[in-house]
Amino acid sequence: MIAPAKPDLVTVNIDGKEIAVPKGTNVIEAARLVNVDVPHYCYHPKLSIVGNCRMCLIEMGMPAVDPSTKAAIMDPATGKQKINWIPRPQIGCGTNVSPGLHVKTLSPMVKDAREGVMEFLLINHPLDCPICDQAGECKLQEQATGYGRGYSRFIEQKNVKPKRTQLGPRVTLDDERCILCSRCIRFSKEIVKDDVLGFVDRGSYSTLTCYPGKKLENNYSLNTVDICPVGALTSSDFRFKMRVWFLKQTNAIDTESSVGANTVVWSREGVIYRITPRRNDDVNDTWLADSARVLFKAVKASDRLTAIKINGTDGALDVAVNAAAELFKSNSAPGAIAVVGSGRSSVEEQFLTRKLADALKASTQLVSRVGQGDQLLISADRNPNVRGALVTGLITALPFGELTGLGAQIDAGKVKVIVAINEDLAAAGLTSAQLTKVSVVYLGSHFNASSAAAKVVLPTLSPFEKSGTFVNQQFRIQKFFKAVPGPVGATDDLMVLAKLVTAAAGLTLPAEINALWKVIAAEVPALGTMAFANLPETGLLLDATPFAALPFAEGETLHYKPAQPAVAAATA
Amino acid sequence: MNLKPETLSKIDEVITHYPTKRSAMLPLLHLIQEDIGYLPEDTSEWIAAKLDLQPINVLEVITFYPMFRQKPIGRRHVKVCRTLSCALLGGYKTCAAFEKEFHTHLGEVSPDGEVTVDFVECLASCGTAPVVMIDDELHEKVDVAKAKQLSDQIRAEAKQR
Repeated sequence: MIAPAKPDLVTVNIDGKEIAVPKGTNVIEAARLVNVDVPHYCYHPKLSIVGNCRMCLIEMGMPAVDPSTKAAIMDPATGKQKINWIPRPQIGCGTNVSPGLHVKTLSPMVKDAREGVMEFLLINHPLDCPICDQAGECKLQEQATGYGRGYSRFIEQKNVKPKRTQLGPRVTLDDERCILCSRCIRFSKEIVKDDVLGFVDRGSYSTLTCYPGKKLENNYSLNTVDICPVGALTSSDFRFKMRVWFLKQTNAIDTESSVGANTVVWSREGVIYRITPRRNDDVNDTWLADSARVLFKAVKASDRLTAIKINGTDGALDVAVNAAAELFKSNSAPGAIAVVGSGRSSVEEQFLTRKLADALKASTQLVSRVGQGDQLLISADRNPNVRGALVTGLITALPFGELTGLGAQIDAGKVKVIVAINEDLAAAGLTSAQLTKVSVVYLGSHFNASSAAAKVVLPTLSPFEKSGTFVNQQFRIQKFFKAVPGPVGATDDLMVLAKLVTAAAGLTLPAEINALWKVIAAEVPALGTMAFANLPETGLLLDATPFAALPFAEGETLHYKPAQPAVAAATA
Repeated sequence: MNLKPETLSKIDEVITHYPTKRSAMLPLLHLIQEDIGYLPEDTSEWIAAKLDLQPINVLEVITFYPMFRQKPIGRRHVKVCRTLSCALLGGYKTCAAFEKEFHTHLGEVSPDGEVTVDFVECLASCGTAPVVMIDDELHEKVDVAKAKQLSDQIRAEAKQR
């Protein structure tokens, strides 16, 4: 057996607690491992270190050795090796651990240093937290409470700076609140390579500015809002809409592409207010594309389907399912029914879709959604869960191009019924003439040409209204949770699919996700050891080798390298 | 950017003095200001293109140093010291005299385009306060009378041109 590679570990002592940490760790991260908080503003684990806020000052020392003999000098009082403490505080972010390093984060010197830094930071900072949009998630507010002196000695006039600069279409800047940590500047430069932000003027006049004539308008601009430790950068969409402490946080997955960025959905009383990234060092670090943050707007869109329709008239769910069952029965010739599944459905829905297709002896296909990847957090495959369909066996080959094959079968009179699951057949390449030749059973959340043409319409939920799992481009299965209840009239996809399976095959399958996972684990070997409740928050990597030969569309993105870039490029 | 050929050749030469191009930013800014007299708006973009940077990187430097001017100044730059010794010995009066002589205000170009009067910090000649620097030339013990005399001299030189 080969021993796992062991990173070089360094033993350090933080506030009297010994801990072994990997070489190259800085003091802030090492302290985090022993649950010691080193306050900081400018330091961000995913950005370069500049050390300009001075908030993470700590006291450090090294074990004393005799300069000539290199023998340890013992402290007779304690019987341990003496520690030579550096008489001045050091910055924790810029100090990497070294063997035997001792750190004090609670000493009087550190307390003094923090109070001093806080006092200077607050000198020109407006003290109007009650009307500030960042209140409740503001590092300055938290650390003023935790480490500040509690009162101000400043009696002079505060600086006046621009209050509401539009840095770009989605970001608003309040320069008075800015504490000049430069996180946003480093993010723009290092992560998005769109270096438009900078500090102009100097001293207390320093002002965060976008270069005149340019705009902070890249598709990752809202990450600057997330990493801003104060209320300087705010989302133009979210600002002054809602106090953050009223909002419920629900873990979710970005459905925009197969990257599967981890997100948090913030909602209150059934209304979603914003989406922010959730840290996952193997997928999206701490970032999220701007375009992923507006997806929740579709939840309250006016074109939501909320009425079950049977041949154009409203009806109950069971009546609609029976109508669908009649369609299935009267077209029982093999191949007369086609199922168009979706790469936007969850693994559980795809499993039930496969069950339905099996029961109907129907052909299955997915709708391909290939666009341009941005090499960061949006991949070329805009379906979040094509790999889930492969894992559950819904499809065996990747979807490619438009549904022309299905169109030809309709024209040939072979296919009579199409079950479309949240996919617009017209947008996927079927003509309206072809749509009139078939009976469509449509399951979906929003109105489109297919739902308009469908014989049976079964409104279902948007991804924010249900729980489930997606398998991302790395074959990482990640779960998402229901953030808000669905609209009246819409039924959970799992419930609808389970009822259709029952109607088609007389087979009863659970529609509740935990119970359904028992069936999935029993029937899908790749997921055999898993249960929905046990999946870790950061996801679980599945074995990708059975699908290694498939020409996936994705190019390189953050934390993902395509296995066969040449093949993918050739077919794309 | 409308730079003289010799400035351009100096710029190309000075870039080679540094291991990374970015380090040549300050010398370049000085060269351009010497040539044009100030740093026009397109300086940031011009230097950024020259040094493979983004314009904001250059703008940060330009705005950081008070020695870089972003607006044109008069043909002569009158810099009056206002630090302690000069202030005590009448630097402010000297400055007011220059302003009156040229019918101008601090930091502005005089109506005849001849001078810009500015306050500056210590010129390191406290023993002979108040001192004034006109372009690169230091004038000591500049009281109101001497300020008038210097103004006349500037006007006389202007007429000869």
